[in-house]
Amino acid sequence: MKDDIINILADATGRDVSDFSDTSEDLFADGLLDSMATVSVLLALQDQFGIQVPVSEFDRSQWNSVDKMADRVKELQND
Amino acid sequence: MINWLSSLPNFTAYGTPVYFIYLLLALLPLGIGLFFGKRFQWYEALISFIFIFLMFDGASWQQLFSLIAYVIYQTFLVMYYHHYRKTNNSSGVFYLFSFLSLIPIIVVKLSPAMVGHNSLLGFLGISYLTFRAVGTIIETRDGMVKEITPWHFIRFMLFMPTITSGPIDRYRRFSKDYQKVPERSDYLKLVEKGVFYLFLGFLYKFVIAYFFGQRFYPHFEQAAMSDGFFSWNMLGVMYTYGFYLFFDFAGYSLFAVAISYFMGVKTPMNFKQPFKSKNIKEFWNRWHISLSFWFRDYIFMRFVFMATKKRWFKNRNALSATAYMLNMLTMGFWHGITWYYILYGFLHGLALVVNDWWLRYKRKHLKKMPHNKFTECVAIFVTFNFVMFTFLLFSGYLNTYFFG
Repeated sequence: MKDDIINILADATGRDVSDFSDTSEDLFADGLLDSMATVSVLLALQDQFGIQVPVSEFDRSQWNSVDKMADRVKELQND
Repeated sequence: MINWLSSLPNFTAYGTPVYFIYLLLALLPLGIGLFFGKRFQWYEALISFIFIFLMFDGASWQQLFSLIAYVIYQTFLVMYYHHYRKTNNSSGVFYLFSFLSLIPIIVVKLSPAMVGHNSLLGFLGISYLTFRAVGTIIETRDGMVKEITPWHFIRFMLFMPTITSGPIDRYRRFSKDYQKVPERSDYLKLVEKGVFYLFLGFLYKFVIAYFFGQRFYPHFEQAAMSDGFFSWNMLGVMYTYGFYLFFDFAGYSLFAVAISYFMGVKTPMNFKQPFKSKNIKEFWNRWHISLSFWFRDYIFMRFVFMATKKRWFKNRNALSATAYMLNMLTMGFWHGITWYYILYGFLHGLALVVNDWWLRYKRKHLKKMPHNKFTECVAIFVTFNFVMFTFLLFSGYLNTYFFG
């Protein structure tokens, strides 16, 4: 799942997959993700994993790294 | 009753050093309770109501009635929408309730421009309460606010430390804090930080802001009137007003955060050294943060989300530019319907668009771009002066200068 998320992130930001190799890195603090790219990521996660992520669910502190995103997606899939 | 109300003394929030003595004495039992693992909710509510009452009595008694009517109206809307949302989820109803929630602020903001005087519906802090109420409706729509009672919502709206000027908290975050008691060690850390913020706030608001606002600014304000637009005195107006604005508002926000901490509520910080921002995007992550994040989450992100889903734009950059302009122009209009607030919003929107374009350009030509301490200083200098110029607009001084 983490590879899928990394692909989504690379797509949304127009960066290289290798930029996201550190899966615990804070994506917002390092400026890898901005609000625009975040929305693309949200929509791609919804399509790919069949989950509903409302914009106001997107509390940045809970979604700020590849690891955390994977955890949240699993939680939402189980809901 | 009105005679009685208008004869009472009025205390602006955090207006004078003495205010803090009364407030801290009143909060002492609450702090002792929290220290021993108890939150005296009724006592806290009572103190909150008394201090809010003191902000709106005396000469401002009319605002007290507007505030009460406003809170009843918003509570009714939020509770009714929450009830509706349990079984239904139509977009039309959501937009209707959001609009109904916005009506008071729209009337208050339009009144000066339309009828020439302030609306009776208005009171100090109406904008900040509107952000809280509308935010709660939006999060209810998203299914994120699952439990809400009138009492908790009213406590959220009428939380004394932040009522008149923020920071703007969110219902979910606030009620999580409010419904539990922090661990003793956490509470002691909060108190320690709170004391530091309180004294930093004194320095900001009662010392630095005082000198800029009461001593330096009036001097330049007078002198610049008889000079041309491009003059040293005008530059003096610009910088002294800009620094006054920051230290006054940041000081106020520090008080609000400190008092919240004493009450065991982690109200978010509003400023994070904004003048060292290297670009305008960073600036909005550091300046009036709770406001700019409100706009980001509830206007910018939602607009981009909808526009992407419905494919309104072919070009991603056109979409982000539109979203930035929409976001900042709305902020401009919210400040008030005057040419200088709207231009302020427009310029910040434009700056964000240019900034985005520049960041894309830089990333494409990464190898050819020098990046060192010097270029960073240039970036900070340009951002700082742009921001200061927009504050000069924001101050309304130019309106008096050109048309007054």
